Amino acid sequence: MTDVVAERTEEAARYWEQLGCRFSQVNAVFDECIKEAQALLSKAGLAAYIENARIIGKMGRGAEPLLVYLEEAPSVASIVGEHALITLREFSEYMSTHTNFKAIVPFLQTSGAIARRLHDDKMFRRYIEIVRDMMDRTSGSIHGHHTTFASPGLPDLLKQSPKLLSVLSLQGFQNWIEYGIKYYNNHPERQEEYFRLESADAIAVMQRERHGTLLVDNERKLDAYIRALWNDSDYLIPYSVAFASLRKAMPYYTDDGIRLPDVYDDLNGVSGIDRYRAALAHMAAHRRWSQQMIVDNWSPFQRASVEVFEDSRVEYLACQKYPGLRKLFLALHPVPREEDLQLEEQGISVFRLRLAMLSRAILDPDYAYQNEHVREFVRRFHELMATGASTSAAMASIALAFIARTRGQRDLSAQMYFDNTEVDYRDDNRHLWIYIEESDEDEMFEHLDKRQSTEAELHALPPRHYDEWDYNAQNYRPDWVSVYEALHPRGNPAMIDALLTKHAKLTKRLKAMLELLKPQDKVRIRYQEEGSELDLDVAIRSLIDYKSGSSPDPRINMSHRTDGRSFAITLLLDLSQSLGEKAAGSNQTILELSQEAVSLLAWSVQQVGDSFAIGGFHSNTRHDVRYYHLKGFKEPWGDEVKSRLAAMQAGYSTRMGAAVRHAGHYLKTQQADKKLLLILTDGQPSDVDTKDDNLLIADARQAVKELDQDGIYSYCINLDPKADEYVADIFGKQYTVIDNVARLPEQLPQLFISLTK
Amino acid sequence: MTNKNQYTVGKEPFYQAQGDEVKLYEAAYAARLPVMVKGPTGCGKSRFIEYMAWKLNKPLITVACNEDMTASDLVGRYLLDANGTRWLDGPLTTAARIGAICYLDEVVEARQDTTVVIHPLTDHRRTLPLDKKGELIEAHPDFQLVISYNPGYQNLMKDLKQSTKQRFTAFEFDYPDAALESAILAKETGLDAAVCDKLVQIGQAARNLKGHGLDEGISTRLLVYAATLIRNGVDAKAACRMALVRPITDDADIRDTLDHAIDASFA
Repeated sequence: MTDVVAERTEEAARYWEQLGCRFSQVNAVFDECIKEAQALLSKAGLAAYIENARIIGKMGRGAEPLLVYLEEAPSVASIVGEHALITLREFSEYMSTHTNFKAIVPFLQTSGAIARRLHDDKMFRRYIEIVRDMMDRTSGSIHGHHTTFASPGLPDLLKQSPKLLSVLSLQGFQNWIEYGIKYYNNHPERQEEYFRLESADAIAVMQRERHGTLLVDNERKLDAYIRALWNDSDYLIPYSVAFASLRKAMPYYTDDGIRLPDVYDDLNGVSGIDRYRAALAHMAAHRRWSQQMIVDNWSPFQRASVEVFEDSRVEYLACQKYPGLRKLFLALHPVPREEDLQLEEQGISVFRLRLAMLSRAILDPDYAYQNEHVREFVRRFHELMATGASTSAAMASIALAFIARTRGQRDLSAQMYFDNTEVDYRDDNRHLWIYIEESDEDEMFEHLDKRQSTEAELHALPPRHYDEWDYNAQNYRPDWVSVYEALHPRGNPAMIDALLTKHAKLTKRLKAMLELLKPQDKVRIRYQEEGSELDLDVAIRSLIDYKSGSSPDPRINMSHRTDGRSFAITLLLDLSQSLGEKAAGSNQTILELSQEAVSLLAWSVQQVGDSFAIGGFHSNTRHDVRYYHLKGFKEPWGDEVKSRLAAMQAGYSTRMGAAVRHAGHYLKTQQADKKLLLILTDGQPSDVDTKDDNLLIADARQAVKELDQDGIYSYCINLDPKADEYVADIFGKQYTVIDNVARLPEQLPQLFISLTK
Repeated sequence: MTNKNQYTVGKEPFYQAQGDEVKLYEAAYAARLPVMVKGPTGCGKSRFIEYMAWKLNKPLITVACNEDMTASDLVGRYLLDANGTRWLDGPLTTAARIGAICYLDEVVEARQDTTVVIHPLTDHRRTLPLDKKGELIEAHPDFQLVISYNPGYQNLMKDLKQSTKQRFTAFEFDYPDAALESAILAKETGLDAAVCDKLVQIGQAARNLKGHGLDEGISTRLLVYAATLIRNGVDAKAACRMALVRPITDDADIRDTLDHAIDASFA
C-alpha cells in the first residue's frame, strides 16, 4: 500500500485526502480513476466527483458502491452532463436508505451503458425516475408506512436494463416494467423471473414494445414478396436477435423453412421491410441458382471464400433479373477500408477484409480500391458471368484460386479483422455444403424436437395463441391463452335421428317457416317507368286510356330483382361441466336438450342453405382451451356430423373469450354478406386459474367487440336463469335468456329464423 | 332491314396466335358449331373473336352480358309508338336474320334462365322462336353463336347450366408466355423490347400471387395500358403503379409487394 501512495502525484494525493477513504481496494485503483476523470471532467466536475464519491464511501455499504462509482461516474458525466455525478449519488443514497442497497452496485455498474444508450440528460433523468418508481412500488411495507422489504426485482431489472433499452424506447421500457409490477407485485419469485427476462411473458411483452419492423407484422407482405417475385414459398420462421449476444445469428434456410430475425431496425436509410426483402431476395436467389458442393476436404478459409464468391454470383444473377435490387444490396453491404490491409504487418489476419473488398467490388462498380489481386479476381468473376452459364462449382474453382493466390502468413492469426466485413442480409450458406462424413459441426439439434412431438395426441395440431384482455390494465396480455383444436370424437348418429323424429311435429312447423326464408331468387317489380320488360297488361291498359283520351299511366314496364341470401353462421357450444346437470323442471340434462336443439337448428339451416359450422369448447386453465369442430362450413348435415353431435360430453370450464376469438378467426375467412356467431352457453365465463370472474367477462366482452369490428354479429343464447347479471355486459343487447330450458329445442331454430329474416 | 355493314370489322385487328386456335376456329365455323372461349380477363378472348370475324369477313354483333339482362334484351321487345306497338329486334334476332357472328361476352353474368333462349339456335334446329311476336326465325346460313366467360370468378351462382355448356365447342385461353407477351406489347404499342420484358416480369410477379391475395393477376390488357402510358412519355414506375397495381388491389400488403416488384424491375 505504501508504495502505491509513494507514486501518487501531488494532485491525486490531495484528492485522496478529500475522499477520506480507508478501503484498500479503492486505494489500489484510485490513481487510474483519477487519471480517467481528469481526462473526462472539468475542474469543477472533478471536485464534485470526489465530493459525491466521499458521500457514497460513507454510506456504510462497503467498498463496492464506491469502487463502481469511481469507475463509472466520469463516463456517465461526460455523456449526459456533470450534474449526473450528483444524480447518481443521490439515487444511490435513496436506494441505500430505502432498504434497496443491494441494487446500488448493479445500478452504478450499468449506468455507463445506459448513458451511452440514452445519450441525453433528460432521458437519463427519466430513466432514473422510472427505476425509482418501480422501486417504490415493489418494495414491501408493513403497516403501510415503513419500507422494510427490498424490491425483489430491482437488482435484476438494473442488470437487464442496458439490454432492454437496446431494443426498447424509454416509453416501451416503462410499459414493460409496468406490466411486471402489475402482475407479479405479490409474488417475489415470479417477479425476479420476470425482471431477469426469463419468464415467457417478460419476453412476449418485450416483443410487443419493441421498436423496429417485426417479422410477425409483415409476414403476409413478405410471403407475397417471395411468391410474386421469386415464384417460391416457404414458412418464414423468426429467430430472436435480442438474446444472442455472443454470436450474431444470421438468416438461413433449411427444409423446414426460412429463418429470419424477428425484428429489423432501419439501417443506412433502408427500411426494416426492405431489409427483410433483401435477405429474402438473397436466399431466394440461392434457392434458384445454387448447387450443393461436397466440401469435406476444404479448409474453413476455402469455404469462406467459396461462400463469398457464390453469394456474389447469385446476387449478380438476381440483379440481372431485378436491377432495382442492386440499390438495396449496395446500401446494406458494408464498405471495407482498403488501407486497413496494412494491419497485416501488425500480426492481424485481414483475410476477411480481402473477401469483403472482393464482394463489394463485384457488387459496386464505383468502389475505389487498388489491390491488384482483388482487381484480377473481380475481372475473372465478370468474365465467367459474361459467358451466361455459371455454376456453383465453376465459381468455387475461382474462389479456391483466390485463396491460393492471396493467402498470407498472418491469415491464421488469432487476431481477426472484423470491421465492415459482415454482410448481415446474407444467410449462412449451410445449404451449400454436403459432408460425406458425419461432422460434429452439423446442426443436429434441428431435428431433436421432432422426436418429442408424438407424445400428446390431442395436441396433434400446434396451439393457436390468443391475447386476453385485462380490464385492470386496459391492455392485452400477449399470447396468453393456448387454444388446441381437434375434430370432435364420434358416436352413434342414430341417436340424433331419434331426437329429430321425436320432434317431428315441430320440424313440420319449422319447415313452413323456413320456406319463407328461402331465397326467392327472382322478384318481379311492376309499375316501373323504366324497366327490363314491357308489362303487357299495364301497357295495354295505358294504351286504351291513351286512345280513349284520358291520360295514360306511364309506368308500363316491369323489372326483376334477385333476392339473394348470403349468411355464414357459426354456432359455438359451451361444453363445460355444468352442461351435465339436470335442467330445472325437466328430467333431461341440459346437454341432451342442447343436442336436440342443435340438431334441429342444424337441420333448419340446412333447409335454408346457409353456410353453417358448429364448434364446441371448454377450458382447463389458460394453457389448455379446447376447441372441437363438430361441423365444418362446407360439410353437409349428415351422419358424420350427427355422430359427432351424439358424442358430445360435458367437462371443465368456460373460458369464453379465446373460443369466441377462435370461432371468429374461421368465420372471418368465410365469404358471406352477413356473418353470425351464435353462442349457446349455460353460465358465465370462468376458469379454474382465474379468481376474478370479471376478468373473463371483460375479456369476452372485448372478444365480442373485436368480432364486431370484423363485421361479425355475435348473439348469445343463455340458459342460465341468473344470466341477467352479466350477459348484457358481454353482449350488449344481443342476447336471449331462455328460462325454460325444456323449450330450448323449439326456441333455438325459431330464434335463428327471426335473427336472419 | 338492318344495315349489315355497320357490324363488319373493317381493319385487321392485331392478334398474335398462341397455338393453332385460328385453324380450329375456322373448322368450327365451317361446320357452324357454336363456340365458347374461356380464360382470365384481358387475355385476348374478345380480340380473338374480332380477329376471326375479320378473317372470315362476317359481321360481328357483340353483346356485353349483365345481371339485369333479360331474354327480351337478346330477342327483342315491343315498343309503343304513335300508331300503337312496334316490334324491335334484339341483337340475337338481328344476328340470326343477317347471318352475323353473335358474341355474348361474359355470358355467366346474365342469369341462367336468360341464357336458355339461345338453346334452339345452338343445336340442329338453328331456329329462334319469338313467342311474343308469334314468329319463328330460321337462322341465316352464316349465323354463328360465340360466348365467352371467365372461369376465374366462377361461383355457385355464376355458372353455366350443363345444358348450355354442352352445346358448345370450347377454347381455353391463358396469358401468353413471357416472350410472346412481350412481343405482343411491343407490337401493340411500339415500345422498346427491353421495357416490355420488364412489364411482363411485373405481370408475372402478380400472377404468382393469384389465390394468395389477388383474385386475378395483371392481365395482358393492363400491361398494354402501362406500355401505352410509357410510350406516351409517362415515367415507367409511375405508369406501372397507375396501370398495373392500383386497379387490381386495395390490399395494402399486396400493393406494397407489387410496388416493390416495380422498383426492383426498373432500377
